[in-house]
Amino acid sequence: MKTVKLAIFIGLFFISGLAGAAALSSYTFADQEEEQAFRELTAKIRCLVCQNQSLADSDAELANDLRREVYALWKEKKSEDEIVDFLVSRYGDFVLYDPPLKPSTYILWFGPFFLFLLGGYILSRTLKSKTEDKEVELTNEDQQRLKTLLDDDNENQEATK
Amino acid sequence: MIEESKTPSRMRYLIPLFLFLIMAGFLLKGLFMDPRHIPSVLINKPAPEFNLPTLYDPEKTVSKESMKGKVWLLNVWASWCGACRAEHQVLNTIAGMKIVDIVGLDYKDEAVDGKRWLKQLGNPYTEVLVDKSGRTGIDFGVYGVPESFLIDGEGVIRHKFTGPLYYPDIKGTLIPLLEKIKEGAK
Repeated sequence: MKTVKLAIFIGLFFISGLAGAAALSSYTFADQEEEQAFRELTAKIRCLVCQNQSLADSDAELANDLRREVYALWKEKKSEDEIVDFLVSRYGDFVLYDPPLKPSTYILWFGPFFLFLLGGYILSRTLKSKTEDKEVELTNEDQQRLKTLLDDDNENQEATK
Repeated sequence: MIEESKTPSRMRYLIPLFLFLIMAGFLLKGLFMDPRHIPSVLINKPAPEFNLPTLYDPEKTVSKESMKGKVWLLNVWASWCGACRAEHQVLNTIAGMKIVDIVGLDYKDEAVDGKRWLKQLGNPYTEVLVDKSGRTGIDFGVYGVPESFLIDGEGVIRHKFTGPLYYPDIKGTLIPLLEKIKEGAK
């Protein structure tokens, strides 16, 4: 029973891989390299219907249409930037998995580094104050107080004996 | 001496709690946000050019140019779209109020199905355009039907309704926008 389940699982695994490959099968390319480049470009673009799938993988109707448009531009020898601009001017930066660097995305790009530095600063300050604590010298007043406290304690202990 | 130094250090232990609350606040807000709602980049930009045949007379075409001077609502729909059925009654209501021209864009649909749909549910459109290939839809950044675009006399997109229009949208969004456009045109 276990082997059957495993076989089914492995079978499905390979079929799911084929589904992704089928998305590009209707297009013709001069060579493997060109196909690879086209796949890489479409893998950078988000399918707006099934948002966690790229244009290279998605079988949604809209993804099909957009792939057709991208392929047409590709065959016109448009540059990658021009093709990306075509999509961004219609669907916004959201079609790109990689958000572009601009003022509205600064917090996205630099936020983690800022938090990292802030964390480092807090850590170093905490460590420093901890080591400083150890080197605190007691004033005469403190010494006096410590002595009385310890004496009290000793007396109590003797009382319990 | 000792009591004094205790208070600020105790407050310091609350900092992570405050940071957590701030983060939780953002996450809570995120729960109520719709990731399917993608803000359109076309707002306050000229509508893309188009020239499409009409549903009832494929010989006749309507272009962006021919709509100039009119304030109109472009409603993207299809007979295969379930949400459009619910929205259709709202469109009929808007058409009955005669506050704005509604132009339908039958998106990736069969003409027969589109016509049957309008016969069954009523036709709120002053004109029905056909986008069989979905190419004009792409130019408008359509990623799911229904979507509606409010376009002013200059041919500028003023607002986009993503998803179906609901009755509250008429009073809440559409009428105020129409008034604003009217004021601006004066």
